[in-house]
Amino acid sequence: MALLQIAEPGLSAEPHKHRLAVGIDLGTTNSLVATVRNGIAVCLADESGRTMLPSAVRYLADGGIVVGSAALQAQALDPRNTVVSVKRFMGRGLKDVAHIEAVPYDFEDAPGMVRLRTVQGPKTPVEVSAEILRPLRLRAEASLGGELTGAVITVPAYFDDAQRQATKDAATLAGINVLRLLNEPTAAAVAYGLDNAAEGVYAVYDLGGGTFDLSILKLSRGVFEVLSTNGDAALGGDDFDHRLFCWMLDKACISPPDAADARRLQMKAREVKELLTSCEQAPVKVKLSSGEEIDLVITRDDFAEMTRHLVQKTLAPVRKALRDAGLTVEDIKGVVMVGGATRMPHIQRAVAEYFRQEPLTNLDPDKVVALGAAMQANVLAGNRADEDDWLLLDVIPLSLGLETMGGLVERVVPRNSTLPIARAQEFTTFKDGQTAMAFHVVQGERELVSDCRSLARFELRGIPPMVAGAARIRVTFQVDADGLLSVSAREMSSGVEASVLVKPSYGLSDDEIAGMLRAGVEHAGDDMQARALREQQVEAGRVVEATEQALAKDGQLLNEQERAEIEAAIARLRELARGQDHRAIKTGIDALARATDEFAARRMDNSIRAALAGQKVDEIEV
Amino acid sequence: MSIDLQQDYFALFGLPRRYRIDEAALEAVWHKLQAEVHPDRHAHLPDADKRRSMQWATRVNEGFRTLRKPLSRAQYLLELAGVDTGLETNTAMSPEFLMEQMEWREAVEEARVAAQVEELEQLHHRLQQHAREVLAELEATLDQARDYPAAADTVRRLMFIEKLQHEIDDALEALES
Repeated sequence: MALLQIAEPGLSAEPHKHRLAVGIDLGTTNSLVATVRNGIAVCLADESGRTMLPSAVRYLADGGIVVGSAALQAQALDPRNTVVSVKRFMGRGLKDVAHIEAVPYDFEDAPGMVRLRTVQGPKTPVEVSAEILRPLRLRAEASLGGELTGAVITVPAYFDDAQRQATKDAATLAGINVLRLLNEPTAAAVAYGLDNAAEGVYAVYDLGGGTFDLSILKLSRGVFEVLSTNGDAALGGDDFDHRLFCWMLDKACISPPDAADARRLQMKAREVKELLTSCEQAPVKVKLSSGEEIDLVITRDDFAEMTRHLVQKTLAPVRKALRDAGLTVEDIKGVVMVGGATRMPHIQRAVAEYFRQEPLTNLDPDKVVALGAAMQANVLAGNRADEDDWLLLDVIPLSLGLETMGGLVERVVPRNSTLPIARAQEFTTFKDGQTAMAFHVVQGERELVSDCRSLARFELRGIPPMVAGAARIRVTFQVDADGLLSVSAREMSSGVEASVLVKPSYGLSDDEIAGMLRAGVEHAGDDMQARALREQQVEAGRVVEATEQALAKDGQLLNEQERAEIEAAIARLRELARGQDHRAIKTGIDALARATDEFAARRMDNSIRAALAGQKVDEIEV
Repeated sequence: MSIDLQQDYFALFGLPRRYRIDEAALEAVWHKLQAEVHPDRHAHLPDADKRRSMQWATRVNEGFRTLRKPLSRAQYLLELAGVDTGLETNTAMSPEFLMEQMEWREAVEEARVAAQVEELEQLHHRLQQHAREVLAELEATLDQARDYPAAADTVRRLMFIEKLQHEIDDALEALES
């Protein structure tokens, strides 16, 4: 006799439960959080009604941390402990940092990524970014009234693997479950495309505070396909400020300014740049620490002239992206402008000239990325409505390869490949009896290893001794939908198992991240155990719910015994989730995952068959 | 019956196994398949589903990449027929072809050294024309005559041409930056 099922309180399988998900634009200058409410994407405001959170973090001597406008205001007073534009240092070593002389921080070089010495000790850019993300998460939870299922975090399309991984780690550190890393221009294209029901080939010109991206997308019947992307991960509005800053130093004959004056002049530079967007000329008045005063005037034309090379610098990636897509400017139906820096009139003019059409500026260049990310987050969290039948197909921005003899790069995954992608390449031994092999994974477009970014080094050991050239070592690169790489190597010719799996690291190991996480939790006064338990209970609830939905929808794919096994695993997990042992709950989650593996396979087959249904061979022949 | 992750790409895309292909239909099926298997569609599901989704989406992308471009599609057809197109295993190219290759290469090298962007673009364009003519031969040898050894020879010629085009692209890129 079949028994009636009654759902566990708190773990019930409500079919249309709305999951709380947000999109976060973690910007160089400002950050935003947005969500989809009643089908419409909106940016969430803080208690003062402001949606933009300045990406500034100040570390206080008493252990306190100030984020946003308050930190920004203190930057001239306390430049060393007030970090702005930290995005420029994500996944970057000291030698990668441009204009280091103009940045008032006390850097500490460390393998992979710089650290900034503050009154609270050395801080990695990952930790600083986590401080920016945390108040955004809290803002969202307060506004939506519950714990978040997860967030989509945006990154510049031209970010490499190290920068992406660093961003993901920052989110984890801020207590955010990352649903996906989404490329900023792609997010903008989603927001623009869905709002305007756009079809055709579009270019997205995204000049942010510190990064430049150019993506070319084809929009057709709900599919957003990125054809190519290019950019410069160290070019943005900050560089325009820097030109003004240098101009001021030059005009006022100051060299070099102290940290407080440097900050004052930088803030003035930004103000002047913004003023020149609406005015033909702007006054430049600054009082220095010496009591001396700068009093100058600059015109819009002067500014355009002194930054012309920067505008030109953005056009090289535009040309490359068009060439990679196999297109010319005539093929581009519209140019979407993203990022506050695209408000500068001479940039709009240059883009209009190059594409021979006025760019689309009918959307807020500051918000469009966060709004697109929110739309994606809503769908990824499982709140897909019938009208949400759209799909993103994004690409990897930079080629991935391995070092070969002579310091040359063997390209394994070419840039602009659609994600996810896996590519394998075979290598062999160089010497008789060689039992180990060293691999060096790099990212970039140049032929020489020294000109590319080093992502990981690893060794495959335990290769059975053979004559040179007899072993067959297969190296597989897998890049997931976040654009993150994992590499595995395996000896193929012998039965002996020799394989290794690595994820590139940019200087912070998983253990270090876990350590920071613990420290952060302790600092916040939380109980680590309680938090782990809560997390596992939430995860258990999520997995049970997803499995029950799958059973309700596709249960006919299982025979009675198979179904009974899955139901037993669900019941066990529910029992465990009521207990206090987070490790036991994790075991239960893993057991349910194993029990549903075959079911997942059949459901996937089923949906593929459904997709191809009616698609008989002779029908497709045209 | 389960759908085999290892089935050939033509079967995966529900297309007849031959060189001439309806590119619009291929793209439409690619989108349709990705709409089912893409990781974004499975992000809220248990890990087992996510893992499988990534495997499938990877496979579908690889299939699309292989079938979309004429040269890789031809190589793939020959691979399915068990014909080796590897350059290292077969160097018996006709002397005329090798001579022609040398001439192209010299022209590219000259233009590169002299930094003649227009000349390079011109060469790229002419190579493109040439590739189109050679590709037209492929359809006849693969779909009508089914002469695989001859097709393998044509494929090797196209591989030379493609390599040369990449060299021109790289030279152009280097000159621009």
